[in-house]
Amino acid sequence: MSSTRPSGIEPGHDVVIVGGGVAGLAVAWRTARRGLSVAVVDPAPGGGATHAAAGMLAPVSEVTYTEEPLLRLGLASLAAWPAFRAELEDESGAELDYRTEGTLEVARGADDMAFLDDLAAFERTLGLRVERLTGRECRSFEPMLSPSLRGGLLARDDAWVNPRRVVRALLTAFRKAGGTLVAERAAGIVLPGGGSPSVRLESGGTVPAGRVVVAAGSWSASLLPGLPVRPVKGQILRLRGPKGFLTRCVRGLVHGSPAYLVPRGDGEITLGATSEELGYDARVTAGGVYELLRDARELVPGITELELAETAVGFRPGTPDNLPLIGPAGHPGVLAATGHGRNGVLLAPITAEAVAALLTGGAVPEAALSCDPGRFRE
Amino acid sequence: MTEQDASGDVFVLGGEKFTSRLIMGTGGAPSLEVLDQALEASGTELTTVAMRRLDPAARGSVLDLLRARNIKVLPNTAGCFTAGEAVLTARLAREALETNWVKLEVIADERTLLPDPIETFDAAERLVADGFVVLPYIGDDPALARRLEDAGCAAVMPLGAPIGSGLGIRNPHSIELIAEAATVPVILDAGIGTASDAALAMELGCDAVLLASAVTRAHRPGLMAAAMRQAVTAGRLARLAGRIPRRRYAEASSPSRPA
Repeated sequence: MSSTRPSGIEPGHDVVIVGGGVAGLAVAWRTARRGLSVAVVDPAPGGGATHAAAGMLAPVSEVTYTEEPLLRLGLASLAAWPAFRAELEDESGAELDYRTEGTLEVARGADDMAFLDDLAAFERTLGLRVERLTGRECRSFEPMLSPSLRGGLLARDDAWVNPRRVVRALLTAFRKAGGTLVAERAAGIVLPGGGSPSVRLESGGTVPAGRVVVAAGSWSASLLPGLPVRPVKGQILRLRGPKGFLTRCVRGLVHGSPAYLVPRGDGEITLGATSEELGYDARVTAGGVYELLRDARELVPGITELELAETAVGFRPGTPDNLPLIGPAGHPGVLAATGHGRNGVLLAPITAEAVAALLTGGAVPEAALSCDPGRFRE
Repeated sequence: MTEQDASGDVFVLGGEKFTSRLIMGTGGAPSLEVLDQALEASGTELTTVAMRRLDPAARGSVLDLLRARNIKVLPNTAGCFTAGEAVLTARLAREALETNWVKLEVIADERTLLPDPIETFDAAERLVADGFVVLPYIGDDPALARRLEDAGCAAVMPLGAPIGSGLGIRNPHSIELIAEAATVPVILDAGIGTASDAALAMELGCDAVLLASAVTRAHRPGLMAAAMRQAVTAGRLARLAGRIPRRRYAEASSPSRPA
C-alpha cells in the first residue's frame, strides 16, 4: 500500500474529493471545517469550468420557463452567499470582489423588449422582484449603455463575484482547515465489493478514502460511467478597461441572442458566453469571438476601445434537466457534486452545505433534494 | 384511410413512409429533458438538427435522444450563407450521420434569416447531382418552388414567416399556389406561432409542417407539442374532407324548403 501511495498523503482520509473547481473546493472546505480529514485530487485547482466562469449569482434574471426547481435552488444558494462569503474572506484573508448591485437586463430591439416584458410577468408570478425601466432609465444606471436600447429590467436581488478569486480563497481556507491537496489527475474510482472506495491516479498511485465525492465537472462521467453529465462548451472574453466603466452586471438580448458583461472592481470585464454542444472542442473560434464582441458592442458601444486581454474556453457540466447531481452516486461510499451547468459558482454554497450534511449526518437543505442523482436511475 | 379518421393516411417523403406529418426542429429548448418530452408529445418521426452546432460523436447529446426515440435525423445546413458552405456541411453530415438526407438552408442575411434563392438553388443542383435527398428551405415563391422541383429536390419547404418570428403564414395565397402546383411534398417551414397556424398550413394543402421555436420556446413545451400534433392532424383531415365554399350571406343549415 505505502509503495503505491504518493508521498505526503496520509492514509485513510475520511473524504477524498475528485475535482478542485468551485464545487469541489467548496465541499472540501466546508467538510474539513466540520472536522473530517479531507483530500482534494486535482492537478490544477480552479482550472476547469470555473476558470471560464463569469461568476453571476443571478437566479432572478436567469429564470427560465420549465425550470422552477432550479430557480428555488438558486435562490436558496444566493441567500447563503453573504455568510459563505464573509466566512471565506475571513478565513482566507482574500477579498472576493463580491458585488450586490443587481443585474440590469436590457433589450436591443422591440422584439427583445417584448421577450423581457413576458419574462418580467413570469418573474412576478414567481414572486421575484424586478423593475421595468425605460432605455433612459437604464442609461441613468449605466451611462455606457447604447442610447438605442429599448428598455430593460433591473433585478436588484442578483449579485456577482470573481470566480478565480473564489477558488484561490477556497484553496487557502481549505488548507488552513487542515485539508490536503493532491496535485495529480485522477484516472478512476476503485469500487471494491465490500470495502471503501479509493481514487486511482494517472501516475499509478491510489488515494484511499473513507468516502469519495466526484466533483470533476463534465469529466465526472469518465470517472463514474453512466453519470448523465456532458460538456457544454462556452467561449468567453476578458476585456480590460478603466475602473467604473460599468458598475452592474449587464445582461442583454440582441436580436434574440443573449449576451452579458460582468465588471470587476479592477476594471476587467468578462464578456460571454457561447453555448455549444461540441464535446471537448477546446478551440476559441473566430465566429465565437465575433459574435460575443458584436452583441456586446450593440449593448455597450464603447467596449471596442478596451483591451482584449483574454479568450478562454470552458466546459459546463450539463445534465438532461439542467439541475445538478448532488448526493449518493449509486455506489457505496461515493457521492456526486457535479452537473451544475452554468450555475457552479452560484450553487457552490448550497452544494457544500448539502454534501457536508450527507457526509456528517446533518439535514440536507430542502431545495437541494431535487438534485438527488437517483432521479436518473431506473 | 377511413371516413372517420386519418388512419392509413401515409406521408411519403424521399421514398420513405411516415405516419406523422409534423417535423420537429431541436433549437431553443431550455434543457434536453424538456426537448425529449416535447418530441414525445409531438409524435414526430423526423427531426432536424443543426450540423454546425453539434458534435455527432459527443455522448448525451440531442442525437442520443433521437436515437432513443427512433426518430429519423434530418441534418440541416443552418448558419450557411453560401452554396459552398452548405454543400460542405451536407457532406460532413452525410459522413457523420450516415444519411444522404439534408434540409438545405442558405441564409441571405442575419437580421431576417430569409433564405437566399440563388445560393439555395445552386447548392440544390450540386447536392442532387451528388446523390442527396434535398429538402430546400425557401421563400413563399411558387416559381422558385417549381424550379427546385425540376432540379430534383425531394420536397420544397416554403416559409410561413421568418424563422423564430411566430408570425404565422403571412401569405396564404402563395403557399396555396405552391401546394397546388407541386408534385413533390410541400412542407411549411418557419413562422408557425401557435396551433392554428399549423392547422392552416395543412388546410392550404401542405403535406407536412416543420416547426421548432413555437414548441421549444413555449411556456410549456410539452403541451404545445401535443397541441401542434393535433393541429396538424386536424388541418390534414379538414383538407381531405373538403371545406364548404365561403358565402357572403347566411344559408340556414336546416332549409325551410325540402331539397
